[in-house]
Amino acid sequence: MTRLGHLLKQRETGIALALILVVVFTTAKNPAFLFSSDGWRDLLLTPSILMLVAVGQAIVIITRNVDLSVGSVVGLTAYLTGRVFIDLPGVPWPLVFVIGLVAGGLLGLINGALVAFAKVPALVITLGTLYIYRGINVMWTGSDRINSSDMPREFLALGTQSLLGIPYLTIIALVVLVIAGWYLRTQRAGREFYAIGSDPAAAHLYGLKVTQRVLTAFVVCGALAGLAGVLYAARYGTVNSQAGSGWELDAVGAAVIGGVAIFGGSGTVWGAAIGAYLLLTINRALPVIGVQDFWQRAVVGVLILGAIVLDRVLAVRQSRRLTEARDR
Amino acid sequence: MTQATASAPTRVYKDYARPLWRRLLLTREAAIIALLVIVYVVAALSVRNFAAPITITYLLLDVAAILFIALPMTLIIITGEIDLSVASIVGLSSVTLGTLHQAGLPIEAAGTVAILVGIVAGAINGFFITVVGLPSLAVTIGTLALFRGLAVGILGTTAVTDFTEFWTDLAKSKIPGTPVPTVMILFVVLAIVFAVLLHFTPFGRGIYAIGLSSEAARFSGVKVEQTKFILFVLSGAISALAGIYYTLRFGSARGDNATGLELSVIAAVLLGGVSIFGGRGNIAGVIAGVLLIGILGSALRLANVTSDVINIITGALLVASVVSTSVLAWIHRKRIGAGIKKGPPSPAQD
Repeated sequence: MTRLGHLLKQRETGIALALILVVVFTTAKNPAFLFSSDGWRDLLLTPSILMLVAVGQAIVIITRNVDLSVGSVVGLTAYLTGRVFIDLPGVPWPLVFVIGLVAGGLLGLINGALVAFAKVPALVITLGTLYIYRGINVMWTGSDRINSSDMPREFLALGTQSLLGIPYLTIIALVVLVIAGWYLRTQRAGREFYAIGSDPAAAHLYGLKVTQRVLTAFVVCGALAGLAGVLYAARYGTVNSQAGSGWELDAVGAAVIGGVAIFGGSGTVWGAAIGAYLLLTINRALPVIGVQDFWQRAVVGVLILGAIVLDRVLAVRQSRRLTEARDR
Repeated sequence: MTQATASAPTRVYKDYARPLWRRLLLTREAAIIALLVIVYVVAALSVRNFAAPITITYLLLDVAAILFIALPMTLIIITGEIDLSVASIVGLSSVTLGTLHQAGLPIEAAGTVAILVGIVAGAINGFFITVVGLPSLAVTIGTLALFRGLAVGILGTTAVTDFTEFWTDLAKSKIPGTPVPTVMILFVVLAIVFAVLLHFTPFGRGIYAIGLSSEAARFSGVKVEQTKFILFVLSGAISALAGIYYTLRFGSARGDNATGLELSVIAAVLLGGVSIFGGRGNIAGVIAGVLLIGILGSALRLANVTSDVINIITGALLVASVVSTSVLAWIHRKRIGAGIKKGPPSPAQD
């Protein structure tokens, strides 16, 4: 097969094409969607934060787990970021990134330890920690909220400004994406994530460190959600106790739309990232093409259903092809 | 959800060598019911006004929607599937009821249509899961967004509130002479129907069989797809019913009614001893699980504890309940292991 043919057959290509179609169609309706400076910036900027969360979620789903607590982790670290600036005046802003990553990683470690050592399903554990983390957040925040005046100007500039027309947030998200994509594709541990997701029992018998890898996946997912929380604070400037609530479903949705199989073992972080872009770009496109944005969630639902049906059709075709090849 | 993985804890089967009383009393369900009684007694003794009849009324009114939806959810989770779209069906049913009532239909007719909408919604889930063969987790995440989107799309940010007083009063009314809300009669009837269906019919045995091993169930003649389809339709219908109750109780039909309720329902069902891997659990445990969360919430609110602490406790209970199962299974294995080393082999355990 030629390189181009191979590329066209990729699941990610389809999603990317859908994304391009949405952008082209909406821009034809209203050129400002792409060609105004605000339009271009928002197009890149808005989905960047969800993209980070979706990448982490994809890694966890590939190991046949799921992390429903990511929305709560985003909220908690976003508030923590604001708190650090208020309680430690003069703290250099790069330090909050480290704090956010570490805090998110620790929250992920709790999830991972419960899943990997107690051998209980991730769905239940992270449903529990979704409540717990959000509860801690609400208890800590109360009716308080972080305002942009609480945070240094350089930090906020990071959330809105661009380098050569590309917003800083997007650059950060892309760097993370490239590293995660490279790691999962080429590194031994990365490939083991897929092996574990395809068949945990076989992976264990084969001698892979299942516990350790699952733990790593959750820590990475938590750390990326923590990073997303820091960026959330930088981007929006205000953080209340409900920041990031409901993101868990968007993140899982983005991964599924991007071709990450919900039962693990297949899919890429690239797909999940494009899925996140598609989700949020459609949200922004709907009002432009004259659909009330109330319908936005319905479109998301149709997209998710469409994506999993498509995956199923492709899987059936592939298995038929393999059977034919074997019988020939 | 159907695949049992290697990381799954060893299923602990009932050991029929034990006497009947131990088999009945030393179960997870019994533990949850005992915990429920203890929490109730402690709350009644230590929290002011908790024992007052009005508290019980409000407690039951508050958990009624969760109680309803927990019934079909129990059956679905026992087959090893899950339905995340229930709260969105509540919203869709609420909006259907509100819009049709506003258009002049009486509540009876609008309610019937709302339940039909719920049945269709459940059938859509069932179609994708059993006919197309997709995982229920992914399908119902999709329909969670789809149904909620339709509900919010139809009504926007407006709300329908002009319901006939007769119906809104009925939803809040009590059985004369007791603090128990009238809606509980409907719940008790449904609970008995579901309990009989699950525990005393071939259909119900099939549900457990599917949860333990879908393959084996198929080979022993259980109609796996048909059973699952029926369960998802039931789930849609009951969720729509809960939606009607929810709307009338608060006298307001909104697209975002009951957002996030699916998590409370699933948390309560799992707390009630239903295994997320399928194959085990019962209705009594689930009802106790829902009431436990309800009583805790209500007692803590009366004691002026804020709702965030209640959320933390709900989450912690959920985590503790599943982790304790693994820990108990681990201790069980250790004990068997010790027995083998020490002396005569213990009778075969599965």
